[in-house]
Amino acid sequence: MSIEEIQNEIIDEFSMFEDWEERYQYMIDLGKDLPLIDDQYKTDSNIIKGCQSKVWVHAEMNNDKVEFTADSDAIITKGIIAILIRVFSNQHPKDIIDADTDFIDKIGLKEHLSPTRANGLVSMVKQLKMYAIAYQTQLN
Amino acid sequence: MLNVENIRKDFPILSRKVNGKPLVYLDNAATSQTPQQVIDVIVDYYSNYNANIHRGVHTLSQEATDLYEASRQKIQAHFNAKFSHEIIFTSGTTHGINLVANGFSSILKKGDEIIVSALEHHSNIVPWQMLCERTGAILKVIPMNDEGELIISEFDALLSKTTKLVFVNHISNALGTINPIEYIIGKAHEVGAAVLIDGAQSTPHIKPDLQALDVDFYVTSAHKICGPTGIGMLYGKEEWLKKLPPYQGGGEMIAEVTFEKTTYAELPHKFEAGTPNICGGIAFGAAVDYMNNIGFDNIAAYENELLEYGTEKLLQIEGLKIYGVSKHKTSVISFNLEGIHPYDVGTILDKLGIAVRTGHHCAQPIMDFYKIPGTVRASFAFYNTKAEIDALVEGVKKAKMMLS
Repeated sequence: MSIEEIQNEIIDEFSMFEDWEERYQYMIDLGKDLPLIDDQYKTDSNIIKGCQSKVWVHAEMNNDKVEFTADSDAIITKGIIAILIRVFSNQHPKDIIDADTDFIDKIGLKEHLSPTRANGLVSMVKQLKMYAIAYQTQLN
Repeated sequence: MLNVENIRKDFPILSRKVNGKPLVYLDNAATSQTPQQVIDVIVDYYSNYNANIHRGVHTLSQEATDLYEASRQKIQAHFNAKFSHEIIFTSGTTHGINLVANGFSSILKKGDEIIVSALEHHSNIVPWQMLCERTGAILKVIPMNDEGELIISEFDALLSKTTKLVFVNHISNALGTINPIEYIIGKAHEVGAAVLIDGAQSTPHIKPDLQALDVDFYVTSAHKICGPTGIGMLYGKEEWLKKLPPYQGGGEMIAEVTFEKTTYAELPHKFEAGTPNICGGIAFGAAVDYMNNIGFDNIAAYENELLEYGTEKLLQIEGLKIYGVSKHKTSVISFNLEGIHPYDVGTILDKLGIAVRTGHHCAQPIMDFYKIPGTVRASFAFYNTKAEIDALVEGVKKAKMMLS
């Protein structure tokens, strides 16, 4: 599926929730369920420091597609990471570079991508794109 | 006694909603809310008096200058400084600390020692580290214990003839611990060291008598005591302020300027280069008036009641741990739920309209001491109610349910 298709799928899923509690409970469950990153990649060099929660990101290139794994020490942050990974992982670098994150707004989680949250997510999205740019350069 | 329902009417913001819920504002240690009385002064200033001060011969400038200087005198009286020129208007606590740190860079020599406490805010650590880098002075730290108190015997051991400066906050922003500053000031003076007290967290709760304390420097911010942001004060003993070089050059701070030599203005203007935050300075005085009208004894008694109530209620939640359990503390409760990140708790509370601070509170060394990423911090002011604490407790329970 394309990034846009996945994003639309997520928007559809979230439209079924009636209030913030259901949305957050879903994210918390996503955060709990997913083993997101192999422990060997949870290193200091892969860490993105927010003021409040830490985020780890690891990237690999397989068959011209970028595969991301990530994790956080805060579970709501981890839930959003799970969503971002679902959207951006296993995609071509160029598609990742061109993609936007407006869907986060549409699923009612905009505040988490605000720089003032200091949760590392803004830097994480930037980092995903940086990896994509780096891999794109290799392909050229 | 304090009538909290009447007091709440003074604060327009307390009646707004956040995320569809009535705002429960428990982040007072970060900034306090502004009463209508102070907002009115700000509006009045820009509506009727706005002019540059200290230099105009016209009426507006005269009136604005009078208001600004009257405010300085109010602040002098409130803190019981000996002279009004010992009150320097700053942009806030951090500015005051940097002004003193910068001044000492011309006084300190290599090998001199500076003592700070383990309970400091980053703003009271970083300027001294920078000062040490510039001068070759050495930074020593008074350690803390599990209760979140300074280990005073260690402070005694650190003091020596080479100690030149001691910097301690009056009250820890992260934990609420009240430090024994009277003892610290007395002991530091015995070895001839100067003392700077960071009063950002104490001025909302305590009315300090600076002459009785015999402190050399005292800094605070107006926004912690119902005033606006961007204005604060540095108190310094006259002899020290005369000794320190100016911090910034510019207008206002000069007596005479030629290209060969400039002579500096008298105190306090020597440290107030440029057009100051005139409106802020005036509103700072109005905030001091507002707090004094309620009365600091009433404020302390009521906030203590809130602290006891909140502590008791929160501790009834299983798996909740409070950090900073000194018998001497103000209305700050820093806590965590076992196995749950403070960021997650804060996020759920925000959804419920409850404003708390989460994170390391700019006091990373304290978090490292407890080996935690941060805490959830609820800090109460005199306009908070027990019903709001009940809302917090219910919110924390809900967060625990959702996140466990």
